[in-house]
Parts: sequence; C-alpha cells; structure tokens
Amino acid sequence: MFDFSLITEWINNALGTVFPGWLVTTIECLMIGVGLLLVYALLALFYIYYERKLCAAFQCRLGPDRVGPWGLLQSFADMFKMLIKELITLNHVDKFLFALAPYLVIIASMLAFAVLPWGNGLQIIDFNIGIFFLIAVSSIGVLGILLAGWSSNNKFTLIGALRSGAQMVSYELSIGLSVLTMVVFAGTMSVGGIVEAQSNLWFIFSGHIPAIIAFIIYLIAGTAETNRGPFDLPEAESELTAGYHTEYSGIHFGFFYLAEYLNLFIVSGTAALLFFGGWMPLHIPGWEAFNHIMDFIPGVFWFIGKAILLSFIIIWFKWTYPRLRIDQLLSLEWKYLLPINLVNLVIMVLIVVYGIHL
Amino acid sequence: MEVKDQVTTKSMPYEAWKDNEYIEKLVQELRDSGTNVLVGSLDKLINWGRSNSIWPLTFATSCCGIEFVSLGAARFDMARFGWEVARASPRQADFMMVAGTIVNRMVPVFRRLYDQLAEPKYVIACGSCAISGGPFRKSYHVAKGIEDIVPVDVFVPGCPPRPEAMIYGIMQLSRKIKVERFFGGVNRQESREEFLAQHPITEE
Amino acid sequence: MANIQDKIAHLFPEATFEEGEILLINIPAGKLHELAQTLRDDNELAFDFLVTIVGMDWGDRLGCIYYLTSTKNNIHVSVKTSVEDRDKPAIPSVADLWKIAGIFEREVYDFYGIIFLGNPDMRRLFLSIDWKGYPLRKDYDMSSDQNPVSIENERQSDFTTVYERNDKGEIVSREERVFQEDDFVVNIGPQHPATHGVLRFRTAVDGETIQKIDVYCGYIHRGVEKLCENLQYPQTLHFMDRLDYFSAHNYHHGLCLCIEKAAGIEISRRAQVIRVMMDELSRIASHCLFIGTFCMDLGATTMLFYTLRVREQILDIMEKTCGARMTFNYDCIGGVMQDLDKDFCKDVKELLAVLPKNIAEYNKLFTGNVITKNRMEGVGVLTREDAISWSVTGPSGRASGWSCDVRKTDPYSIYSELDFDEVTATEGDSMARFKCRVEEMVQSARILEQLVDNIPEGEYCVKVPKMLKLPVGHWFQLVEGCRGAFGIYIESDGSAKPYRLKIVPPCLPLAAVVDHLTRGQKIADLITIGGSLDYIVPDIDR
Repeated sequence: MFDFSLITEWINNALGTVFPGWLVTTIECLMIGVGLLLVYALLALFYIYYERKLCAAFQCRLGPDRVGPWGLLQSFADMFKMLIKELITLNHVDKFLFALAPYLVIIASMLAFAVLPWGNGLQIIDFNIGIFFLIAVSSIGVLGILLAGWSSNNKFTLIGALRSGAQMVSYELSIGLSVLTMVVFAGTMSVGGIVEAQSNLWFIFSGHIPAIIAFIIYLIAGTAETNRGPFDLPEAESELTAGYHTEYSGIHFGFFYLAEYLNLFIVSGTAALLFFGGWMPLHIPGWEAFNHIMDFIPGVFWFIGKAILLSFIIIWFKWTYPRLRIDQLLSLEWKYLLPINLVNLVIMVLIVVYGIHL
Repeated sequence: MEVKDQVTTKSMPYEAWKDNEYIEKLVQELRDSGTNVLVGSLDKLINWGRSNSIWPLTFATSCCGIEFVSLGAARFDMARFGWEVARASPRQADFMMVAGTIVNRMVPVFRRLYDQLAEPKYVIACGSCAISGGPFRKSYHVAKGIEDIVPVDVFVPGCPPRPEAMIYGIMQLSRKIKVERFFGGVNRQESREEFLAQHPITEE
Repeated sequence: MANIQDKIAHLFPEATFEEGEILLINIPAGKLHELAQTLRDDNELAFDFLVTIVGMDWGDRLGCIYYLTSTKNNIHVSVKTSVEDRDKPAIPSVADLWKIAGIFEREVYDFYGIIFLGNPDMRRLFLSIDWKGYPLRKDYDMSSDQNPVSIENERQSDFTTVYERNDKGEIVSREERVFQEDDFVVNIGPQHPATHGVLRFRTAVDGETIQKIDVYCGYIHRGVEKLCENLQYPQTLHFMDRLDYFSAHNYHHGLCLCIEKAAGIEISRRAQVIRVMMDELSRIASHCLFIGTFCMDLGATTMLFYTLRVREQILDIMEKTCGARMTFNYDCIGGVMQDLDKDFCKDVKELLAVLPKNIAEYNKLFTGNVITKNRMEGVGVLTREDAISWSVTGPSGRASGWSCDVRKTDPYSIYSELDFDEVTATEGDSMARFKCRVEEMVQSARILEQLVDNIPEGEYCVKVPKMLKLPVGHWFQLVEGCRGAFGIYIESDGSAKPYRLKIVPPCLPLAAVVDHLTRGQKIADLITIGGSLDYIVPDIDR
C-alpha cells in the first residue's frame, strides 16, 4: 500500500527547511484546517445528493436531475441559497445560546474527523486513544441539540431537545459498548492500530459471532445517534414540525442539516474502521494474487467506499421503517440492546483470552 | 451586468412560455438600473442558487393540497427540480404554495406563517379559492383572494390546478427569481404595518 | 313504527307525530330531555346512535331536529323541538345521553345561537370567539361589515361557558376552565403536517403524555350550508366535491339521491351502476391515500409513493370519463353527466388485476413490520359502545365491531343486489382501523368485478326539468362515504332553492373522538390515532 505519511513527512521537512518550527506547525494546522473544511463541505453536499437520489430510487422516482448533469449541482444550489437566506433573530430567546448551538453541533462532527483514518498515513492525528476521543467528541453534539431546543423558547423544540437528550444518552451506551467489544478484540485504542490489526482479515470476519452482533448493535445505535429514521424522534416531522431546529433559519439551519449528514458519514466511517478494516483493502488469507490486486486500489477509495456503502444501509432503514415511539425507543435500548451488548462483550473477552479467533 | 433577453430554463423553449413580456419587463428594469459587473456576477450566482433551490412550506388547507401531494409523487416528481425538500417549519422554507381556501379564521394564522418565512420568500396562489375565493366567494367566512393578505408572486388557476399547472407555476417563479437583484430592487421587505398601509383590506 | 308511536304517545301525551319515511316526533323543548332519555334507555327502542342534530330557523321559531337510529333494531326516528324566543333561545342539552351530542350542539349554537342548557362546553365551534351574529339564521347579514377579514390574531380564551336553568327557571351562566392554570399546553396546528389540513389541537401534555386535547375547528369553514340556500338544486351539487374531496362521487351520490327522492325522479339502471362503480373506485382511491398518508405520519414515507401509484391509476380512469382529477362533478340529478369512456371497462379490469398485488406489497412492506405493530396495536382503543355513542361511523366504527355500513343497513341504489361483505373487526385499535380499510379495498374490488361486465345499456341521464322545484317537505338520506355515513337533510319550501340543506359530515365525530382516545397516551400516539381515524378537515368544517 502507498503510504501517505511519505508525502506529509516531505511537506513537513520542506517547510522545516524554510520556516522556524512554530511557524511550520501553524502553517500545517492551517493547511489541514482548510483541507478539512473543504472535504467536510464537499462530503456533506455529496451526501445530501446521495440521499435524495437514493430515496428517489426507493420511491420509484427520478430524484434531482435538472441542476447540472444528473442533478449533481442540486445540493450546491441549495447551499448557496441557504448561505444568503435571512437569519431570523427572535425575541424572547437566549440570543447567545441560540447562536451557539449550531456551532457546537458542527464542531462536534468536525472534531470527529480528526481521527478518521482516510488512508495509509492519511490521518490528521493518530492518538493512542483515538477511538475514545471519537466517542467523546461525538457526544458533544447532543449538547448543541439540547441548547438549540431549549434556547429557542418554543414548546416543540423543547420536546424535541428532551427527546434527543434521552435518546442520545441512552444510545451512547450501546455505541460505547460495541466499540469496546471491538477494542478488546483489537487490543488497542489507537485508530491506526485497529486498522493495522485488520490487515489480514477484517474484524467482521475474524471476530466470529460477537463481532457481527456488535456490528448490528453499532449500526442500530449509530442510526439513533445521528437522529435518523426510524429513530428521528427529535425532529419527527409529523409530530414536532421540525423538532429542535424549528426556529433556525438560513445557514444556522444549514449547519444542522449538514451536521446530520456528516454524522451519518462519521458513524458509517467508524463502522468501516472498526469492522471493515478502515482503509485496509479486502484481503483473504491464502489468495495472494487477489490480495495483491486489491492493494492497487488506494486506501482513500476503500475507506470512503466502505463508508458510503454502510450509509446506504442506514438510509435504507430511514426510507423503509416507520418511526418508533419514545418509550419503545428507550425500552429497545435498555431492555434489549444493553443486555445483549454486555453478554456480547463477555463472549468477546473469552474469545480473546482463549485465543480462539482467526 | 449582462442580462440576457431571454430567461430560459432547462428543456423548455423560450417561445413555449406564457407571460414572457412580464419577465422581459423585469429584465429591462435590471438593465436600466445599470448594475456594475462585480455585483452583477454575484447576483447571477446567487440567483442561480435561489432559483434552483426553492423549498416549499408544507401548507395546504384543502383540495389543492392533495394535488400538491400528487406533485411530489412518482408520476410528477417535483424532486427533479429540487423542490421536494418540503419543510414543515416556515423558517426554513422559501415559498408558500397557498393550496386551498383561506377563510377568515385562517387569515391571521396564514399571515403569521408568511411573516415567519425567512427572506427571500415567495407566495404562489394556487387554485381559484386562493386567487379569488373561487366557488366560495359569496360566503360569509371566506377571504376573497389572498392578494389582500400577502404579496403574491405567481397565480396558478384551476380548481384544483393540475399538477402540471403547478409545475409550470413554480417554474415561472423560478424564472422570476432569475432576474432578481440582491441589493435593492426586486427583493421586497414588507413588514406587517407597511403592507397594511399599502393594502388596506377592502371588501366589496 | 306504529309501535313506537303508540308507546311515545302513551308516555308523552303532548307529543305530536308526522308519519313519513322516518317517523318525526314533535315535542316541546321542556320535555325533550325526558323523551330523549326514554328513546335511548328503553330496552325495546334503544335509540343509541345520534346521527345528527339539524339546527333550523323557521322564521318565527328556532329549533332542532334530532335524527336517531337504533343499532339493535335498525330503525330510525327523528325528534323535532323548537322555541319561539329569538334573543336567547334555549333547549335542554342531551350531551349527557350521547357523547357526540356535545359537539353537535356546539355546532347548532354556532350557527343559530341556540343555547343548550347543561352542555358542559358551550363555545362556538367553527367561528371565532368574537364573531358577531349567527350565520345560518335567515335574518343574518351576509355583508362583511360586521365581521371584517382581519390579520390580527383572534382572541383566545381558556374559559368555556355553561348555561343552566336555576330553581326560579331563569337561565344562568357560569365560566369554567378548559385548561388548568399550570397545564403545559402545546398548540398542534392549524399549520401542522400531521393534522391532515388545518385542524388545531390544543394539547395539555405532561412530558410526553397527553392529558387533554381541545379540538378547534373552523380554519376551513366555508359556509357551504348557507351558500346552498342561495343556489338552485343542481348548483348545490358541486360543493359536494369540495367537502371530502376523496369521496366526491359518494357525496354527489348522496345529494342526488336525496333530491331525486324528493322530486320523485327514477333514474336508469345504467346510471345507477355507473354511480356505484364510481363510488367504489373512489373508495379504493381514498383508502389508498389513507394508507399512504397514515404511513407517512408514522414515518414510513416510502409507502405514500407506492399507494399513490394505484391512486394515479384510478384517477386516470376517472379523468377519462369525468374530465377531472379531483373535482369531478359527475353525478347529476337524473343520472350522470356524461357517458362512460370507451376504455372504461378495460381500464377497470387492468386496475383489478394489479390491485391484489399492490395490497400484498403494502402488507409485506408495512403491516407485518414489527415497529408498525408496536406503534399501532392497542393504541387508541375505541369500544363498540363508545363508537356508537360518539357516532364514529365508517371503517373506524366498524373496526370497533359496530356494523354501521349504510350499504348494508339501509341499502341504497343497487347495493342490495351486490355480493360483498361488511368488514368489521373487534379490537377497535389503530391496527384494526388500518386493516379494515385495507380489507375494504378488497371488497370494493369485488363489487367492481361483479359490475364491470354487467353495465346495462340504456340512457345515462333521464330528462329532468331545468328549473327543478321540490315539493314542500323534508327529506333525509344517508350514504356510505369513504370515511363513514354521510347524510343530507333537505327542507324545501316549494321553491327552486333549498330552504335548508344540512350536510352530515362523517368526519366531525372522528375529530371529536380524538380527545377521548388520546387521554393518557403519548404525543406520538396522537399522530397514530389521528391518522388512523382519517378525518378530512374541509369535511369537518364544511
């Protein structure tokens, strides 16, 4: 596999020969920031288009096809419009918190980008506790949603925010435990380490049944984390008009809208990292020629491709299932997913201890 | 800015449109105002975004609303034009398809919905009830057209209009947006008080 | 019938009777409550279903006509009462006997200003709190001077008034709170995606649990009944398209039947068959849309697109014959407007061929889903007694085990000759209401199958006088709309215009029963229950 760290090292060295150390760090941070924003925006716009097209396909429709070739520019047009749409300021709201909320949501999803393994060496920062960091920052988002609901001074948003709070806090457990299961299996919390551990075989194959159970639970909990159907109670359109972001207009709403899709990418990206080997190509032990061919496809494509395929499943959920009710949602988590998860974790520990995995 | 005479849309020849004179008048107005190049191109970009992304508010009072549902369904599929993102919150919608009769009791609610829409906002009066009161014009509890209540951009006649007519109406709106100007001019900002001063609600 | 008359005459010597298709009992207002109690509670009579209360203004007197049905014996009776006082007319309330009466009486109060003594909630139903005058009175000033269109918000009140007669016989009023002071009241509607139009629920919630719902109607009240009084009979027909726009054919059918009954017009068999076929086609289309919008309310948006596919196919059939997609104006007095399209039979057969496959697909995609089951089963249970007392007819009533299909109980047109089953269920929950509708589509398809090859030749419309005048009298006709029993009451003074045309909408009870069904349920259940009842707001408000 091509190692991107060669390029990054080279840039680092090249800058280092010209500028002093502190400036090098600043320039690199800026470059990463700009690159991140660019990828972030492009990915979000692509995801919006992707979902609209997919949903149209599920519903026997065509989907956007007027703006640009095959409607590709549709979400760009939406973005332009949203950028210049009026930001309505409301009376009787906590103006600071009201304005802060969308930024919290977007920052949470952006921070999570820092540890996603895009390719071999193409990772902004490789902590030794990368996965832990990922879970930690992704739960900041709920703070933004709670703030948005509360500060809007609207009964619908308040109910939406409370629902969201209950939902996120509950499903955070499931996500944490299923990730923990895989961390036990990998033996490391470092994102790079987890990917490396899958160089021969992806965890979903090598982890026996516990890995598959953990994957299914992760997918369910991840869907709930991102507030998407059938768990889209916080913004249940037929119940709460637009849920916690009812009062937001213009680009503030745009942030929520983008963050929703980005979270979808992060959840499916993390699933790809934990169960499908991150950027690691498909390797089958024994098939040397096949493995060799697979190595030619760059890791970035593997990672993004896997994430998009996994998002396909999550989008499929949304457009097929009806929504759950809040009590059913919570009982699903606390009565079913959590016990299963705990048992699953124990089984995984046993498997690792006795070394009966592939 | 360079304004073309013909405001066209994809896959529909200019001659096939009705009301071209109205659009041409708007184009002339734009030309006469003599916008400079920089602002002009910016306007172009903005208008491209706005005219291609008009999100409706889910608002329907009666029969026409059902035809609006049909418009979203597979046969007519308004998603092709990017209109399918129907927002239930008026803050996030761009235009209001007034589908159905507006009665006295609904008028304050309707006006408030309009006030809640974020700028730029547009209104399409859809169906004869919204245009004039339609078959219920003589009733004691029906507003005789919504033009007295909010400024209307496009009228779509019919009782109810066919989905094709609705598509045509929204496309006309999209053409209208294409000759808008961001700074001054076509973009209206009417508060409740200003509007009331200009359009006192009159009765026959 | 004579039996009832004897019995009532024995108990209430002051009552007078008018024989007719439906027995009419005239009773002074003072005795009304007693008579109503007897009619409901007597074991032999058992008039447990209040079809409607027709408010009337006879110029010198104001009054009401109560249409009652005994579900046990399947007989109808009407009770008429009136008062002379026009300033403060008062009639005793029967809200304690039939639960739906409370809403019906509010409607009469709204239109005629008749106060019902003892009704626990005597507010206006359709018009705003500050509306001046009572619009359906004959002396109402139609000009908008006294009630101008205003964009200022209407006044809100948390209080309702109760009128009662004190010991001295005077009418006294007292204020009562609708919501308590510390209730957390969420306002759902009128602009809300799940209310299916502009209905408004003021909902008191405790967290996610609903404590009370106060239904506000009138956001699309268009005064159809008053408009009809100024139009000739054929002109009144087109309003029927715009009430419940999914049952346009059925409603047309009802009004035509009523006028034809009054004028003594016999229509050809071909016209009858065409009408019935159109009714059943629109029933399928309506239930299709019901499934779609209901699933969309529950969050399964995709189903809407699958069901609309069948609906579009039916609309195509109708468009070919009627020339419109929604407001057909097809049934006319004496038959139908124009003959069937030449492709009609072929198209209907095509539809019948694809329908079972589609229904199987809906069941596979939605009905069997575990989330669907959890959301719908046991949610909003309506018992049979409550269904009758709340006058919940149509598929919603039948889901509670009440056989209330007008096509079976009082067959009209050619329904008595057709072979179809009345779909009932016993659970009374949202799932039962949903399944009843799906099953009704199958039954409608059965009717179509029987008729599609047996459309007799003949004229599609008999000649009727251009200036149709009905004799003096009154007539009542019930038909089965897509959402329940739709009734038409016509009172004629011998002219070419109806003196009073009362529309009995099936959807008003459906909206009224929401409060009863949602108490103690979750907010999400309100959407399920409202969706499964499937009310159409313009039909409630008229």
